[in-house]
Amino acid sequence: MDRATTPFEFNAVSYLTRIGNQSAETIAELLQGLEECSDASIFHHTFQTLGAHHFLTENFSNDFAQWAMADANRNDLAEQLASLDIRDYLSIAALRHDLCRIVGDFCATSPALAGRSALERFYFCEGVEVTVPVGLQATTLDEFRHGIERLSHAGFYFHFISSRLRLQLQTNDFSYWLANSLDLKTLADSVNRIDIYTNTLEGTRARMLRLIDRERRKS
Amino acid sequence: MIDPGVSTRIPLEEYAALLGEGEIEELRALARPLRGRSIEMINSTAVGGGVAEILTRLLPLADELELDVKWHVMTGGEDFFEVTKSFHNALHGAPYPATAQDFEVYLAYNEGNASRLLLDSEFVVIHDPQPAALIEARKNNHNYWAWRCHIDLSRPNESVWNFLAPFVAKYDGAMFSSPAFARRLPIPQYLFYPAIDPLSDKNCELSSNFIEGVLARYKIDPQRTILTQISRFDRLKDPVGVIRAYRIVKRYFDCQLVLAGGGAPDDPEGAVVLKEVLREAESDSDIKVLDLPAFAPLEVNALQRASTIVIQKSLREGFGLTVSEALWKKKPVVASAVGGIPSQVIHKQTGLLAHSIEGTAYQIRFLLSHPDIAAKLGEAGHQHVKENFLITQKLKRYLTLFLAARKGK
Repeated sequence: MDRATTPFEFNAVSYLTRIGNQSAETIAELLQGLEECSDASIFHHTFQTLGAHHFLTENFSNDFAQWAMADANRNDLAEQLASLDIRDYLSIAALRHDLCRIVGDFCATSPALAGRSALERFYFCEGVEVTVPVGLQATTLDEFRHGIERLSHAGFYFHFISSRLRLQLQTNDFSYWLANSLDLKTLADSVNRIDIYTNTLEGTRARMLRLIDRERRKS
Repeated sequence: MIDPGVSTRIPLEEYAALLGEGEIEELRALARPLRGRSIEMINSTAVGGGVAEILTRLLPLADELELDVKWHVMTGGEDFFEVTKSFHNALHGAPYPATAQDFEVYLAYNEGNASRLLLDSEFVVIHDPQPAALIEARKNNHNYWAWRCHIDLSRPNESVWNFLAPFVAKYDGAMFSSPAFARRLPIPQYLFYPAIDPLSDKNCELSSNFIEGVLARYKIDPQRTILTQISRFDRLKDPVGVIRAYRIVKRYFDCQLVLAGGGAPDDPEGAVVLKEVLREAESDSDIKVLDLPAFAPLEVNALQRASTIVIQKSLREGFGLTVSEALWKKKPVVASAVGGIPSQVIHKQTGLLAHSIEGTAYQIRFLLSHPDIAAKLGEAGHQHVKENFLITQKLKRYLTLFLAARKGK
């Protein structure tokens, strides 16, 4: 299929960080916060922060892991929290469940350590999302490539990562459209496999463009 | 009304060359629904200090996006600025026996300014405590009022905060530079980072000839290690503590210390602190205390670019934009873990944090011993600033706030 009947619409996205009323001074309080905070807060400290710090490709995964390492001085807990791959989750509820399980296990096995004060408090925040069409559409692979090239970091992240929660599928906006609108399933799978934890967003975009170019050369 | 003027106007296309076309297209897309909407920014000084600097850069960009933005500076006498400087220090946690007369002076100037200003724009943004009571002059409830607090409110002097809090509670939203600064308020509170302009005189690329010329003017040896702190002469920036940290470092490394800062019209304490610093430094010719004019961006730029390490050893800090300035120039930074600094210096990722004079000295020694690590931190710091602390990001946050406010989010 050379031309899609449903165009891909590129969006601009921006997040406002709303400061919540919850904070944690200890790991035990972090667990309580994880259990009680909003879905928007879990999203902010995992999905959104990875986008904001994409250039740190070593030892940075989510805010909870960073706080456990830098402020609570618990590298063991930090490693476990950092090992969660947000691409595995199709709902915030499932991600919250695993975060609570990891921190809960730590509190159960090391209650004294869980009660120790950290250097700095952890503040629970939320992301307020605003999206608007950027005014760019694609119906062919060439137009799609052009759009990918011009997309902002935030827009790229919105379509490539946070889209999983919207789609409730193990895929992203780009792969979903390539597979379903251009019938390019192999390309869609290759794009979906790019590792965002060990690549910056620019690196991820460059790899995606190379994959698209390879597909264009085939035709 | 302040007009930032033609000299500060830089076309958005020039930012595209630095940040990518996509970032600028995104700004245009977000601004489109707000075209022609009126916005009013109000603060207490037109020059000196971070707020005036940000507004000077921000407004021409907003104008280019066809937003109708105005900037007003509130007027006040010496008595007003003495009181608000005391408020400023007290809100940072300093003891201060506020008197009824102080509050009367504050309210009288706010009332006077309220009668002078229109305050009828669709979005009104009030910066810092000085004009916070202007909310009393709100004419209707159809426009959106936001209070942007640039200072560290984590441990405020209760008498001053209790006086200001009822005014703040009347706003529709408040913005702070760190989650730690937020207070328990009945209004939404947002995280808003300050920002630097990568194309301004303070941050643009400079020729090596120019940098050498500035160093020569201030008798700084470019061949030797240069440690620098750029900040106002203010006790909260702890310039004396910086000298003491330098003296520890000096036992191990040959180095020079540059303490450079300028005054601001709303900071009457600067001259007193400068004398204290000169007294502490007088016996050491390797300490250069430079009392720069309020507006000396090229000199500051050159001093930062010439530095081996940039220090920001504040005791309290609203945000500390000089940290972002240094990181943008890929400089390794050693800074106190206070206020908004940890947002910029992610420990061991984009710089090193310290909690004392001794800790500051140790981290400087560590970086002087490991220039490869220093370079890596500087590189990551540059990326961090590019993503989060540039003027284009700041503009994007304002656009997002206004869009969210319109949608009632």
